[in-house]
Amino acid sequence: MQFWIIQTLNSLALGGLLFLLSAGFSLIFGLMRIANLTHGALFMLGAYIGVTILKFVPNLWLAAVLAGLVVALLGALLERFILRALAGNALGQVLVTLGFAFIIADFCLVMWGGDPIPLPTPEYLRLPLIVAGVPFPSYRLAVIGIAIVTAIALYLLMERTRLGAMIRAGVDDMQMARAVGIPVSKLFTLVFALGTGLAGAGGVIGGPILSAYPGLDADMLPLALIVVILGGVGSLVGAFAGSFIIGFIYTFGTALLPDLAYVILFLPMIVVIAFRPRGLFGRQTA
Amino acid sequence: MKSILETDALTLTGIDALYGDSHVLHDVSFTVKAGRVLALLGRNGAGKTTCMSTIVGFLPSRAGEIRLFGEPITRLSPEVISRKGIGFVPQGRRVFPTLTVRENLLVAQQKRSGLDKPWTLGRVCELFPRLHERLAQHAGSLSGGEQQMLAIGRALMGNPRLLLMDEPSEGLAPLIVAEVGRTIAQLKSEGQSIVLVEQNIKLAFDLADDCVMLNTGRVVFVGTAAQARRDEALITQHLGVF
Repeated sequence: MQFWIIQTLNSLALGGLLFLLSAGFSLIFGLMRIANLTHGALFMLGAYIGVTILKFVPNLWLAAVLAGLVVALLGALLERFILRALAGNALGQVLVTLGFAFIIADFCLVMWGGDPIPLPTPEYLRLPLIVAGVPFPSYRLAVIGIAIVTAIALYLLMERTRLGAMIRAGVDDMQMARAVGIPVSKLFTLVFALGTGLAGAGGVIGGPILSAYPGLDADMLPLALIVVILGGVGSLVGAFAGSFIIGFIYTFGTALLPDLAYVILFLPMIVVIAFRPRGLFGRQTA
Repeated sequence: MKSILETDALTLTGIDALYGDSHVLHDVSFTVKAGRVLALLGRNGAGKTTCMSTIVGFLPSRAGEIRLFGEPITRLSPEVISRKGIGFVPQGRRVFPTLTVRENLLVAQQKRSGLDKPWTLGRVCELFPRLHERLAQHAGSLSGGEQQMLAIGRALMGNPRLLLMDEPSEGLAPLIVAEVGRTIAQLKSEGQSIVLVEQNIKLAFDLADDCVMLNTGRVVFVGTAAQARRDEALITQHLGVF
């Protein structure tokens, strides 16, 4: 019983982290048609920046916000000065974002070394929460809560504000959005900063569970890709559902059939691509 | 002193445009007078839609100049051109399908100073009561006629100084075509400057003051709609179906 509860919570917590990572990836791809392959590296960079910030400010949440802002700024600069020049050049974008991912990975190795650095769990979340005699790891519950609050905030931003409607108009028909006066290029920078910032903050929030280590980027990027492909690009609901589905598949797959973890992970994705190329929640119209 | 009716709303001077290697507009020049409706006519492939694309900034021209009320807008980006006052009702309507009707209208809202009666959500709903009933509905679920009304309403929300309409009657039932026609006539009576691209020649001649004809990317006629309408040889040569 304990095994199932813990693994379920681990699944949900991983799902929450994957949502912070993939929501931005999905928004960026949906609006700009850029597969931002630096996304995993920015998650890792966020975690490492969090490590450094925590040396000066011993508050994980503040560190997450600050690291998110630093990574968002980096993302905005990357979009504004490099990716913008590559609009419509998919291969160029892939090479540039992949190149940046490698550069960031090397930078982190030089700055923070090769040993995994766990980020400390806040004092008050170290003891498990005991409900009906069953201990629940409280930090994981907090992560799930943060993911849900973030999802609601993003949903309200996208669905209930004029800014969100403008972004969706750009996803629907970018050229036409420009023709009705929507400042699409400013929206691009904004969405890129928002998406990368979420990844950076997600790295810090994931830190107490995952630690910051070389290779974190390469572990996270495929998961983000799978989530987005499964859920459907550009769909927030899809990213949310996909994150938790993958959270469960990955956690239980690794725990129950460790040798087949990647089969269990990639097989559903292949099935979805084959039968629903736009993902579970992707728009079926162009 | 020039009256408002003598002001040039839009001037194209020597516009050349290319799609890839194919030259689709050759030295196109014409003028749209303020407050008037200009019908831009020609057969399929004559370059009408390309001409629209060049004006709204989708397709940068290779040579020539475009001015909106005297201000150069050549090779600016579509969003800047829209902000300077060009409203665009594209061929195929191109409403934002996943947005609601209300959102389609609100994302296109632009304020412009010095207007007595600016276009608002309320005024667009007065013009098209059917949109009012469907404000919360996704635009992709509307009928063709409703989508056309939405596309026109969306362009009006930008309070355009010049309205470009590319085939607004295309694919619509006769009753709806008549309604679109009445709408255009009403906009004209309110002083809206309009460029109307139409395959429905009768509708175009009924609504237009002036007429420009294109044939294989060149201007072959510039004059009033009345002149063009009387000239059967002209119509057969440049608009007739072979």
